[in-house]
Amino acid sequence: MLAAPFHARGETGMPNTYLKIEKLWKKFGEFVALRDISLEVVEGEFLCFLGPSGCGKTTLLRAIAGLDLQTAGRVEQAGVDVSNLPPAERDFGIVFQSYALFPNLTIEKNIAYGLENAKRPKAEVTARVAELLALVGLPEQGKKYPAQLSGGQQQRIALARAIATNPGLLLLDEPLSALDAKVRVFLRHEVKELQRKLGITTIMVTHDQEEALSMADRIVVMDQGTIEQVGTPLEIYREPASLFVADFIGAMNQIPAQATDTGVQIGAARFICANPIDGPLIAAIRPEDVLPVEDGAVENILEARIDAMEFLGSFFRATLSADALGQQALVADFSINAMRRMGLEEGGTVRVQLPPERLKTYPAEPA
Amino acid sequence: MGAQIGKRVRPKLGRDDWAQRSFMLIIGLYLLVALAFPLVTMLSKAFSTYHFDLSQYEVQVSDEAGNFGPVQNLVDLNAAASPPVFEDLATNTNGRLGITKLFPDFSFRSPVLYRFHGLNDGAVYLVGSERHAGAEWIELDSNSFRRIVLRPVSERGLANFTTYFSTPSLFQSVRNSLTIAAITTVITVSLAFWFAYALARSKMRFKGVFRMVAMMPILVPSLLPGIALMYLFSSRQGILKFLMFGHDINGPIGIVIGSVFFTFPHALIIISTALSISDARLYEAAQSLKASRWKTFWTVTIPGARYGLFSAAFVVFNLVITDFGLPKVIGGNYNMLAVDIYKQVIGQQNFEMGAVVSMVLLVPAVLAFGIDRRMQKKQVALLSARSVVYEPKANRLGDWLFFGYSSMVAVFVLGIIAVCQFAALIRQWPYNLSLSLNNYDFSRMDGGGWSSYQNSLLLALLTAIIGTVVVFWGAYMVEKTKGFRLGRTLFQGLAMLPMAIPGMVLGIAYIFFFNNPDNPLNFIYGTMAILVVSTVTHFYTVSHLTAVTALKQMDVEFESVSQSLKQPFTKLFWRVTVPVSLPAILNISIYLFVNAMTTVSAVVFLYSTDTALASVAVLNMNDAGDIAPAAAMGMMIFYTNAGARILHALVSRRLLARSNAWRKG
Repeated sequence: MLAAPFHARGETGMPNTYLKIEKLWKKFGEFVALRDISLEVVEGEFLCFLGPSGCGKTTLLRAIAGLDLQTAGRVEQAGVDVSNLPPAERDFGIVFQSYALFPNLTIEKNIAYGLENAKRPKAEVTARVAELLALVGLPEQGKKYPAQLSGGQQQRIALARAIATNPGLLLLDEPLSALDAKVRVFLRHEVKELQRKLGITTIMVTHDQEEALSMADRIVVMDQGTIEQVGTPLEIYREPASLFVADFIGAMNQIPAQATDTGVQIGAARFICANPIDGPLIAAIRPEDVLPVEDGAVENILEARIDAMEFLGSFFRATLSADALGQQALVADFSINAMRRMGLEEGGTVRVQLPPERLKTYPAEPA
Repeated sequence: MGAQIGKRVRPKLGRDDWAQRSFMLIIGLYLLVALAFPLVTMLSKAFSTYHFDLSQYEVQVSDEAGNFGPVQNLVDLNAAASPPVFEDLATNTNGRLGITKLFPDFSFRSPVLYRFHGLNDGAVYLVGSERHAGAEWIELDSNSFRRIVLRPVSERGLANFTTYFSTPSLFQSVRNSLTIAAITTVITVSLAFWFAYALARSKMRFKGVFRMVAMMPILVPSLLPGIALMYLFSSRQGILKFLMFGHDINGPIGIVIGSVFFTFPHALIIISTALSISDARLYEAAQSLKASRWKTFWTVTIPGARYGLFSAAFVVFNLVITDFGLPKVIGGNYNMLAVDIYKQVIGQQNFEMGAVVSMVLLVPAVLAFGIDRRMQKKQVALLSARSVVYEPKANRLGDWLFFGYSSMVAVFVLGIIAVCQFAALIRQWPYNLSLSLNNYDFSRMDGGGWSSYQNSLLLALLTAIIGTVVVFWGAYMVEKTKGFRLGRTLFQGLAMLPMAIPGMVLGIAYIFFFNNPDNPLNFIYGTMAILVVSTVTHFYTVSHLTAVTALKQMDVEFESVSQSLKQPFTKLFWRVTVPVSLPAILNISIYLFVNAMTTVSAVVFLYSTDTALASVAVLNMNDAGDIAPAAAMGMMIFYTNAGARILHALVSRRLLARSNAWRKG
């Protein structure tokens, strides 16, 4: 079991499972959108479904909500089997990319939409709306219409509306994708803060790896209707379970190689790696893990030429070639400091180290 | 992967699901009863033939002393003469056949007695009005025997179609209808294209006025231009008859001119839309490539508008070929399909042949409709969200040319309506041109008088209200509910069907279906209810598409949000869907109102003396020779529709102003 966030641990110190998905399938005719998905979501955690478009992440979210029922499989929420219940009989709030605010209702009326019913006194609704407006940082905007607010403000109202009834589960379907870059980064932080404050179990769908890495307690990486890996952002980044995950999150050099006793052989060069495997394989290393070295180090060294350099703001991305690599290029990120200190330039040479613990191996032909 | 899919999850239906399903069922049932069942009934009628089966009857004749001779079969008696007494035994459902002709010596004063019977229960005959069937012998004196008539037996088959296609006078109509529709299509689409072009691509003045004038024909029945044309060009009274150079306006010329008049706005709307969505950046690109105006026109303008042009062509074609009122008024002896249906049903009471002509008319109508739908879809696909609106530049000569052209079209439209107005106000054309309101005194004419106008108003109001409710609710069910996919697909198909069904065909189908005494809904026959039902159904498709378009523009997740907040869908419908769609709802109701005021084709078969309608009154008064009162009634329809349109515009503007706070653009 992976480490759960602190607040999600029950009295015994063990995390409480809030949502349990078992053997979930979704088919559209012959097309399989979700294949045998099983997953447990811990109470109070912020989980991200991450993957390219068409990977099934939104389908999974909509199945959890009951908006598009799964073909087969079980969904259990707070110990209750909700597999076949209509959305109205489940317990969740949802926020969509399009905000889906009712355009003809004021902000107050939008937030109050789910609160209004015969039993609840009007004053209580008004008070709750005011509280929610304050919570999302828009206390003065209640009388306006959605179209009079900015995109970021509208999305915060949508969030307020979704949590108004204190649901046990908050579902976010690409909530930040429609916003421009600056607002998006700001709202990431806001949403995360709010979620932490309320302690509400949250599932967010996104195709933006940065968003997932910065917001999630755990990430579920999906591809072609299956789960590729579940883990904390750090685990996903440092120990990608497959080449797909490695490639989808961050950049990764992939070099065909042969297995040796202690590591891999690329062309004529041998490298040690921490977890060697057998058979034809792909050696993989992230560009920032390729270290330029001046002296001393002897292990896993590669003499390379700098074919091209691209300035990317906080670092340089260099394209390296080496006799040992043949036609294969190696991409490395060098800090500006290292560049200056070592006098690296296009057309020059550099000694780089591929640290054994950072050099990953994957089977060449995915099973 | 070895994973096996588990048991299929059956959704538990919530309260909303049940409510939605019942609503959809109700509206689906409405469409079945108001559309599918009548059409199927009509279809089966077209394949029903009736003939007298003489071989089913036997007779025994006595001498004057009362001694009966041998039993004789009627078929032998008929064949005994040469040529046979009855050569053609085909008839229709109402056929009756007296049999005394089979007996050359028959005299009703003779003391001769007759025994008569059928061979089985299917052999039906009447003695006077008393129905007999079966093998039991009856004995009659001569005077009673002459009151025996045989009833026909029915068969299924293509005989009606054989008759149709081997009767040149009937078959000729197919050619006539296709010819008129084709000629009108070419003229209308060309005229409308340049008019739309002037509105969209020039800086000529008074565009608003031109647009308004061009829309006027929608407000009057299609037969009104026929009346105006007669006043202008008929060989008896026409003030401009010298322009005809001896040709008769009654006939193809009149039908074409009148058809151009009433189809013009329909073509204009479609082509204007097509031109208005053209992307200005294409013109900039053409300009930067130094393409000539001529070349730009053919490489940018026409390709951009081509689907609109095709679509307009098929819509016009369909309107003309299915129109009944205009050829009825000004067609003279030139037979058209839609008029043939009327003649067969009302004139000759030959319902089976009416059904056959309907089927024949359905073929081009359905084809044109099908092609138009495909064109419309492609046109929509051309629309890119990033298109830049074209802003025309001033061009002195061009703008004046367009102004001149548009003025000519406007004079044509206004001229037709003005002639009707004058005709309605003038005491006796062309001899006494003093003005009076006598022609508006409808109580002195046939056609139902003022009550027919009141009936039309009631019909228009009921159609607008009930129709809008049914259409919008139905569109909501199709567009915004989940599950029950088969039901929704079926519903969508039914909703598209009325546009392909000519009004005359719908009308005759209603006769067959609702006039059947065995139908539990028989009681609505001859009432206002059947007029409302038929009119709502006749104009269902356009209204449905308007509603669906409006609903599609709404965020698809509103329903999801509302469900997640545990609110019933009815709350969302009333608080959000209806207010946001209000402009579309108003458009649907005015569309239904105007069409209910002007329509003739379906209701001409369905009105009764209590429910005579203004539009039908125009037709009947014109038929009876009261042309000026017919024009006056036509103008009453025009005033009413114009008034309704103005009211609609005012209400819409107020609503938009009130909702400006939340509605963008």
